[in-house]
Amino acid sequence: MFRYIIKRILMMIPVLIAVSFVVYFLMDLAPGDIISSMAPQDATEAELEMMREQWGLNGPLIERYFRYLGDLLTGDMGMSPSLRRPVAEVFIERLPATLQLALAATVVALIISVPLGIAAATHHRSFLDGISMVLAMIGVSMPAFWLGLLLIMWFSPLGLPSGGSGTPLHLVLPALALGAGQAGTLTRITRSSMLDVIRQDYLRTARAKGVSEKQVIRKHALKNALIPIITVFGSTLGNLLGGAVAIETVFSWPGIGRLTVNAVNQRDTTLATGCIIMFTVLLTVTMLLVDIAYAYVDPRIKAQYSK
Amino acid sequence: MSELTNTSSDLVLDIENLAVRFETDDGIVRAVNGLDLQIRKGRALGLVGETGAGKTTTALSILRLVPKPPGVVQCDKLELNGRDILTMQTKELEKVRGKEVSMIFQDPMTALNPVFTVGDQIAESIHLHENVSMTEAQKMAIDMLELVGIPGERAGDYPHQFSGGMKQRVVIAIALACHPQLLIADEPTTALDVTIQAQVLDLMKSLRQKYQTSLIMITHDLGIVAEICDEVAVMYAGNIVEMGTLEDVFNHTRHPYTEGLFNSLPNVNDRKAKLKPVPGLMPDPTDLPEGCPFYPRCQYADEKCKLPQKKTYVSDTHFIRCCAYDRPGFHIEREEKS
Repeated sequence: MFRYIIKRILMMIPVLIAVSFVVYFLMDLAPGDIISSMAPQDATEAELEMMREQWGLNGPLIERYFRYLGDLLTGDMGMSPSLRRPVAEVFIERLPATLQLALAATVVALIISVPLGIAAATHHRSFLDGISMVLAMIGVSMPAFWLGLLLIMWFSPLGLPSGGSGTPLHLVLPALALGAGQAGTLTRITRSSMLDVIRQDYLRTARAKGVSEKQVIRKHALKNALIPIITVFGSTLGNLLGGAVAIETVFSWPGIGRLTVNAVNQRDTTLATGCIIMFTVLLTVTMLLVDIAYAYVDPRIKAQYSK
Repeated sequence: MSELTNTSSDLVLDIENLAVRFETDDGIVRAVNGLDLQIRKGRALGLVGETGAGKTTTALSILRLVPKPPGVVQCDKLELNGRDILTMQTKELEKVRGKEVSMIFQDPMTALNPVFTVGDQIAESIHLHENVSMTEAQKMAIDMLELVGIPGERAGDYPHQFSGGMKQRVVIAIALACHPQLLIADEPTTALDVTIQAQVLDLMKSLRQKYQTSLIMITHDLGIVAEICDEVAVMYAGNIVEMGTLEDVFNHTRHPYTEGLFNSLPNVNDRKAKLKPVPGLMPDPTDLPEGCPFYPRCQYADEKCKLPQKKTYVSDTHFIRCCAYDRPGFHIEREEKS
């Protein structure tokens, strides 16, 4: 198990290098650069060149990239020209807000989806099943930013804050908007996974033992149904972090998503690349945690890991 | 009432006129049709018949485990130790399942929950019924494992770490954990190879003697029936066509279908001989004939067989559902053995 974790962490390194390469080059393809927008309008070419050197943005693209990569490998994420502060510092400052939002959205999604999916499966082909599938479909297909705007339209007249952060109330609308898509996907997978497990012989064994129907579903069926649910949950976390970029902008949430969007808009390559790399780290670590969670749910997978 | 019973207080299980149907989109499947069955304390009944005869459905009805929908269970009487199962409250039923009556399922590969240890799965049953703490139940579960011949230290292992035969023993341990008065074994040895089969049968025999458990052994292996059962019921298309003591059915066979079953057994002395199957197929359970369901395949059939068949007692302990014996001098071809 320990060896497996080490292996997975080492596998992150090439992924991160590839991500940094793609982002850095894509940023360069976009028209305009940060220095010309930072400099005074009457700056001469020589002054611009001096500023570029000061921010480490001089020289050909390849040279700049490898200089960036070299710094990165020694743990230095560089200075952001647009904010005039170290990227790592800004990132850490903004991280809690994003994690808070992602966590709240996940909690919303799980609270809605797992019970709804189980109810839909145990009442297969009933009215409840139909309703929950329609809701799930809406959740999956509705773009998060649009749902965000609708929620603002519906609920801000009722007194719920439509933007900013600070109180738990500020979290309600963005968490709902962000969690809805995840809830839809998870409801569908919970339902289908439970439907599959409900037909298994070992549930009949449990009933024949005298286990109550409630326990049959909650204990015997759910633990088996969790494996596909966890898989999908892991992949929705990626969408969640991606969706956070849009939602943070819609709700002016002071998180990494909005920081990244601003960095891209201002062509702040150092900040944008740094943010996206850290996003990637977060995501791969979460995926690893998801894979470790399998082992705790399914002893057969645990046995494979230790090989 | 059946002469198989001495006194009604002695009865563990009493079923009268059981009918189970499955209402599917493709039509109504009549799985069990008017079945009567009584089992006395400590006795073993073999329920034999080909696949689809309704043996498992009958067993599941006793535990009220027939999936609903699409299953509909109806009967005049379904009593376990004198208490009506069909009208029982769910809570009460949960106390009966696993405690008074338990079941060994056909396929040990799928009967165990893959994400719980076998010890936990046995202990769960004990914990539910025996009013002991979980730690104590775990200890008792280890004793049960050892009773079925699995080392106690394997209680913490998961089902995928066991072989098929061992899994079947675990299933048996679960079924016997609370010493039920009635044990239903649904083809407990079908999925096992012959050596393990013998071990499992020996085990069940000795456990039955130890706890005075009544047994319904569902099988299509007549050899197993001969080895452990006191009584035999032959099922065909959802009803019992012949029932009697082991001696009655095996040596004084009356029903043409039972005859067909015995004739289809391979001959040990002549291994090159062709097998003699019962010709034809079982009738479609969505479209059963009104009269004897076996009549389209029966070599002795005549016009009267198209009418509904009554129970006819050949002796005090032996009945058949066949009108052929109304004809003077009728007998089947299989010789009587004594």
